[in-house]
Amino acid sequence: MKLDKTEDLKVKACEIRKDVVRSLGIAGSGHLGGSLSTADIFTALYFNVLNHNPQNPSWPERDRLILSIGHVAPVYYTALAHAGYFPKDELKTLRKLGSRLQGHPGREHGLPGIELSAGSLGQGLSVAVGRAIAGKADNRSWTVFCINGDGELQEGSIWEAAMSAGHYKLDNLVVIVDRNRVQIDGKTETVMRIEPLADKWKAFNWNVIECNGHNFDELIPALNKARDFKGKPSVVIANTIMGKGIPEIEGDYTWHGKPPKPGQVDEFLRIIDKNG
Amino acid sequence: MKTPISELTNKGDKPTRHGFGEGVLEAAKKNQKVVGVGADITGSVKMNLFADAFPKRFYSLGIAEQNCMGVAAGLAQEGKVPVFSTYGVFSAMRTTDFVRISVCYNALHVVIGGAHAGISVGPDGATHQALEDIAIMRSLPNMTVVSPCDATQAKIATEKAINALSGPVYIRFGREAVPDFTSEDLPFDFNQAQLFRHGNDLTIIATGHMTWEAMKAAQKLSKQGMEARVINLHTIKPIDKETIRQAALETGAIVTIEEHQVHGGMGSAVAEVVVKEHPVPMEMLGMPDCFGESGQPDELLEKYGMSAKKIEEAAQLILTRKRDKI
Ligand SMILES: [Mg+2]
Repeated sequence: MKLDKTEDLKVKACEIRKDVVRSLGIAGSGHLGGSLSTADIFTALYFNVLNHNPQNPSWPERDRLILSIGHVAPVYYTALAHAGYFPKDELKTLRKLGSRLQGHPGREHGLPGIELSAGSLGQGLSVAVGRAIAGKADNRSWTVFCINGDGELQEGSIWEAAMSAGHYKLDNLVVIVDRNRVQIDGKTETVMRIEPLADKWKAFNWNVIECNGHNFDELIPALNKARDFKGKPSVVIANTIMGKGIPEIEGDYTWHGKPPKPGQVDEFLRIIDKNG
Repeated sequence: MKTPISELTNKGDKPTRHGFGEGVLEAAKKNQKVVGVGADITGSVKMNLFADAFPKRFYSLGIAEQNCMGVAAGLAQEGKVPVFSTYGVFSAMRTTDFVRISVCYNALHVVIGGAHAGISVGPDGATHQALEDIAIMRSLPNMTVVSPCDATQAKIATEKAINALSGPVYIRFGREAVPDFTSEDLPFDFNQAQLFRHGNDLTIIATGHMTWEAMKAAQKLSKQGMEARVINLHTIKPIDKETIRQAALETGAIVTIEEHQVHGGMGSAVAEVVVKEHPVPMEMLGMPDCFGESGQPDELLEKYGMSAKKIEEAAQLILTRKRDKI
């Protein structure tokens, strides 16, 4: 189901944000902040940019979406459910014993659409590089997208992977950085400075595109330009706001790793509706 | 599978890493999907045989082992059969979290070579002597852990690990030339430990380079009237419980020897089976919970208690324990 109109994408993003709040409210634990900062990115990918087939999750020609920051699983699962990979009702089982919706994605639990079991930060990009190398070796036309967090870029292995992607000129690889400027302990630039970020990627032989990660009219062209760029891997630095959609918590790093309290769910849903 | 000792004669010394390299090459000739991932020490771990024959299927990723492991996982997800080999201290330990999550939790068929295993690495010293890799790798779900006894077996095990197994595999091998004594015709099954010598007084279970030492010790013990059964435990996980249970039942005493820490290694794996299936006295030989140092391989093996002579001493001790039921 491709959504071309910005208005329709906004509506979908709003629905996804609300289901994230609902599922985290029921789960009683999990990561709200990053799930909301990446909600528009997931909406753009699953409802516009990605070539994929929810009826055939392992369709060989699909684009590969690797989620390196496994802790934003709530928005990943919600986007997959809305795209039709599994019933939305199952979102209620998030983090429960026996659920296919693990706290961090785990393929062995059988949820359709999960490309990689991940959650230990700093690993997804290396796996994405391996998949992109294989795609090039076999002359495949699909693209590998990899979603990384900004705090995650403090992991040294990210830069090992970035160096190798630049070396092999993997122009079938697109990294999306959720640049929400915060992590669990506080501001990224206080915890461990990652700026100048665009220069870092450039120095590793990447094509760099910066955009507003909440504006579909910037985000979707940026993702498409990144996909089409030839000769180098591309990174889209998507400037986002942790907790986006709920002004009361926006930018507040204390919301990185907690869910809404039971009494907050309805209030948050109303706020998202009002701002959506 | 009962091989009389007379068939196990040294055809000449050869490093097990050469067997590994030849095994990768053979597997790659038969299977187009085999690819290699390299972390700079390609010649040293003998991946050069493959890289020279199939340069387009070999990806040099530099001195970045974590990335190598993640890339191997990604290649496996796209249907390739990646072989990533470097020194065991790096492939099993620098990368452990990548092995655990990207490879094992995703249940991907990545073949990981652990080169320069054991203290027989010699003069390079403690930093490059992999002595904890078995313990770490065998604790990971989905992992197979293989430790061939000589170059011929390393070749066979490597080729089979690549083309006949599925899931993650860790295969360890050494640097130095050691006796190459098994035959290409010796049946090899990952699920079946090999009986190299009959005997009912005690059992010596050995792995890797130590299997030859175990055979030497058994010959010496025989001259003193003690018949030791010798088992080559080439695959530590999954472990051949039945062969171990039978050995415990029929010989009543077990000595294990490995080029690895005594804590958590092959001996521990055997003990886990023995205490459950048929408890008998055991002696475990290996690194005594300390780091190695520089020296010649034979000097180091002697100093740290991994030699035929130490096996003889352990055999004497365990036969006393068996007799006195202690
Ligand atoms: Mg962040």
